[in-house]
Amino acid sequence: MQAKGHVHKYGDNIDTDVIIPARHLNTANHKELASHCMEDIDIDFVKKVQPGDIMVGGWNFGCGSSREHAPIAIKESGISCVIAKTFARIFYRNAINIGLAILECEEASDRIDNGDEVSIDFDTGIITNITKNETYQALPFPDFIKEIIAKGGLLPSIQKAK
Amino acid sequence: MGMTMTQKILAAHAGLDHVEAGQLIRANLDMVLGNDITSPVAINEFEKAGFSGVFDKSKISMVMDHFTPNKDIKAAQQCMQCRSFARKFDIDNFYDVGNMGIEHALLPEKGLVAAGECIIGADSHTCTYGALGAFSTGVGSTDMAAGMATGQAWFKVPEAICFRLHGQLQPYVSGKDVILHIIGMIGVDGALYQSMEFVGDGLKSLSMDDRLCIANMAIEAGGKNGIFQVDEITREYMKDKVNRPYTAYDPDEDAVYAKTYDIDLSAIRPTVAFPHLPENTKTIDEVGDVSIQQVVIGSCTNGRLSDMKTAAEILKGKKIHKDVRAIIIPATQKIYKECIHAGYLDIFIDAGCVVSTPTCGPCLGGHMGILAEGERCVATTNRNFVGRMGHTASEVYLASPAVAAASAITGKISNPAEV
Repeated sequence: MQAKGHVHKYGDNIDTDVIIPARHLNTANHKELASHCMEDIDIDFVKKVQPGDIMVGGWNFGCGSSREHAPIAIKESGISCVIAKTFARIFYRNAINIGLAILECEEASDRIDNGDEVSIDFDTGIITNITKNETYQALPFPDFIKEIIAKGGLLPSIQKAK
Repeated sequence: MGMTMTQKILAAHAGLDHVEAGQLIRANLDMVLGNDITSPVAINEFEKAGFSGVFDKSKISMVMDHFTPNKDIKAAQQCMQCRSFARKFDIDNFYDVGNMGIEHALLPEKGLVAAGECIIGADSHTCTYGALGAFSTGVGSTDMAAGMATGQAWFKVPEAICFRLHGQLQPYVSGKDVILHIIGMIGVDGALYQSMEFVGDGLKSLSMDDRLCIANMAIEAGGKNGIFQVDEITREYMKDKVNRPYTAYDPDEDAVYAKTYDIDLSAIRPTVAFPHLPENTKTIDEVGDVSIQQVVIGSCTNGRLSDMKTAAEILKGKKIHKDVRAIIIPATQKIYKECIHAGYLDIFIDAGCVVSTPTCGPCLGGHMGILAEGERCVATTNRNFVGRMGHTASEVYLASPAVAAASAITGKISNPAEV
């Protein structure tokens, strides 16, 4: 599996309230949620984002509320993968459970700049910065989690296990 | 190698004699929780996956607390969806307007969570129930859907940070100050992927309300869960609420901790977290001159009876500052009634505060106290992120009920000892 796109870069401790503000949680509609994604820190994100683009954050990405609306909004906006130094744990499991690709890589988070073109090989965890002609190695997932991802998320993986 | 309290509970619920940090397990659940915001997403996933039933209708709780009484049509639709699901599957613990309270105040009060149990909730503050010696953690809606269908969830067994508490809290210092002090010390990701385990002779000076408040904010340090060693205070609390056997798990002597902190409770000062992260803490002696326009006393963190009592004692016979709106939200109907009987509502209203029916409301910028551009609020809630309570250019200062009540009187962040 591969991903390729331009980067939307943010800082440390990007919380789920800025990813999708609670005033929009009166709906579970994926498209509507995506239309407000990141609006409190980057009002232009939804206008700029192209299908396949990549989001990069720093430490503790997705901290705060457990709202699954946050990874849903990011995924539905067209983002193919989020790269961060670390993820807050609920965001981490939500992303895996709904099939939003995430990678932990400190070097990539430090080196990649906003707007860089980046490609990702999920089988090897190698992140290639096409703009800067550099590569970074992300941490691999444990097999258990790879299996959930391969089956398309938590619920399909449970049903197939039945 | 010995196990921590969290590891013992997870081992027991995975049918294993022993687990180690980092191990991936599937655990049986004693309670699966959702609210009016997270349940609709879970119900959609549950239905999409085609599950035909729930694993145990007595082990699911749905609490309509976030945008209720409904703030708008969409919120009303979401509650209607939850109500219909609860009826279809005959969910025992469905709490709607009239009998609901803020979920993390309500479930312990109703005896729906107990020591030694394994609980997930589609709400990040589900970690609150660790105060009772349970393993309890926040998850997303898909986990909730899977939990409702199968009664299980996957976990990575966490390593732990041990907090050994000593001494006794000073007057006007509460559990809120303890947890804000700890988050200020270790940071908002200081316990990332880890459990925060609270032990020591200092537990004796912490009431259940203090412990519920401390465990509640474990997530604000990135923690997977917070957990308190069970003692007489815990047993006394559960005595007339929990009518089923429960297990108190003590940590092994040789349990392994990533870190151990010794904390002298008597040295903790009233503490305030400045915008826009709970780790930006200052003691009350360092806050400077910060004028405010709103105070919120309530939430799953500080909407319990002792919080109301603290606020009432400070506000008794006083008037709040003319430039301040003070919103007080008892967290459950039971607490609300107790406030009436104790005379707290008279005190609050005479002081110029408003008192709301239970709701999460302003904490997450839902309703009942949204901030305008440039406004500042002292809140007993748990998060002060950008835009959390309203406009992106508004500010939330997290503090205890004592500091919040004192600040309502003076119109600036104030030391309750000086009001």
